[in-house]
Amino acid sequence: MSKRTIEVFLNAEPVQLPHNTNLSSALALWIDEQRIGEQFAAAVNGEFIPRSAYDDCLLGSGDMVDVVTPVGGG
Amino acid sequence: MKEDHLTLYGETFSSRFLLGTALYESPQQMCDAVAAARCEIITLGLRRQNPAAGDGERFWQLIQQTGCRLLPNTAGCKSVKEAVNLAQMSRELFSTEWIKLEVIGDDYNLQPDPFALVEASRELIGQGFKVLPYCTDDLILCQRLREAGCEVLMPWGAPIGTGRGLLNRYALKTLRERFDCPVIIDAGIGAPSQACEAMEMGFDAVLLNTAVAKAQNPVLMAASFANALVAGRQAYRAGLMQARQTASPSTPTIGQPFWHQNK
Repeated sequence: MSKRTIEVFLNAEPVQLPHNTNLSSALALWIDEQRIGEQFAAAVNGEFIPRSAYDDCLLGSGDMVDVVTPVGGG
Repeated sequence: MKEDHLTLYGETFSSRFLLGTALYESPQQMCDAVAAARCEIITLGLRRQNPAAGDGERFWQLIQQTGCRLLPNTAGCKSVKEAVNLAQMSRELFSTEWIKLEVIGDDYNLQPDPFALVEASRELIGQGFKVLPYCTDDLILCQRLREAGCEVLMPWGAPIGTGRGLLNRYALKTLRERFDCPVIIDAGIGAPSQACEAMEMGFDAVLLNTAVAKAQNPVLMAASFANALVAGRQAYRAGLMQARQTASPSTPTIGQPFWHQNK
C-alpha cells in the first residue's frame, strides 16, 4: 500500500486511511481498532452499500462513511 | 367463535400488541417488558455506531433472544432518499423486507410528511419491501398509500411520545370504515384505556413504546396494555351496544314491589 493517506469521515469523525483503500479494508481496519462492532450496515455519501459491493467501493478523500448498528426504536 | 389472528403481509400473529424497544432503563428491562407484553412484533432502529456506548452488542443479542419478528423503522428520516437508504440498510442487517416507514415532515410534532411518505412507499415496494407506513389519519393519504401497494396502514393516534390518545376519533373511525386492510394505531397512546378504545373501534393492533418504557414500572405497564388490548378486541368482536340518550332500566319494572303503594 502507498504511504499516501486520505481523510474520510466515519460517522462524521475524520479518519485517516491509506490511499486506495476500499470499503471492505476500511471496515476491517475499523473493527480491529474497535471503532465499530461486528453487527453493522454501511453507506457512503448517503448511499447504502451492500456487503457484496464493499470490495468494489474505493474510498476517496472527503467521503462520508456511515456505519449503523441496531438500537432501540419505536 | 373462530380463531382471531392478526395477519400482516401474509404472516399471522396471535398478539395485537406491537412494542417499541427504546427508552428503557436497560436492555434487560426492555426484554422483560417484551415478555410481559406477550407481543410477537417489536420495532427497533439503526443509528451510527458508537462502541464507546458499550451495550450495542448486548442489545442485539437480547433482541434476538426475544424470538419476536423484527420491524425496523426509518425513524428520524426527513427525505425519501434518507428513508430508502436506511430501509436498505435495515433489510441487509435484519434480513427482513418489513419496514416501518417514517418520513418526518416537522420537527415540532414529528408529523409524517405525506408526500414523501407516498413517494418512499412506492419506491420501497418497487424494491420488494413490505411497507408499514407511519402516517397521519388523513383519508386521502391513506388511499394513496394503499394505491402505492401498502397492505397495512399505521395512522397516528396522536404525535409520537405525547400520550394523548386518540385525538381525532372522527378521522380514525372514517379510516376504519373505509379500509378493510389491517389498520394499526401507531403512536400517541399513553394509557391502556386508550389502547382498549382503539381496539373497541375495530382497529387491528396498536404499536406503542413510550407509554410502557416511561411508566414507573414498565414491565407491569406492558402487561396492563396486553390485557387492555385483549379486552378491547373481545369487546369489538362481541359488539358494543348503541349509546342512548334516555335511561332504560335494566331490572324489569313489571312486578316491582311497593309500586304506587304510597298513593
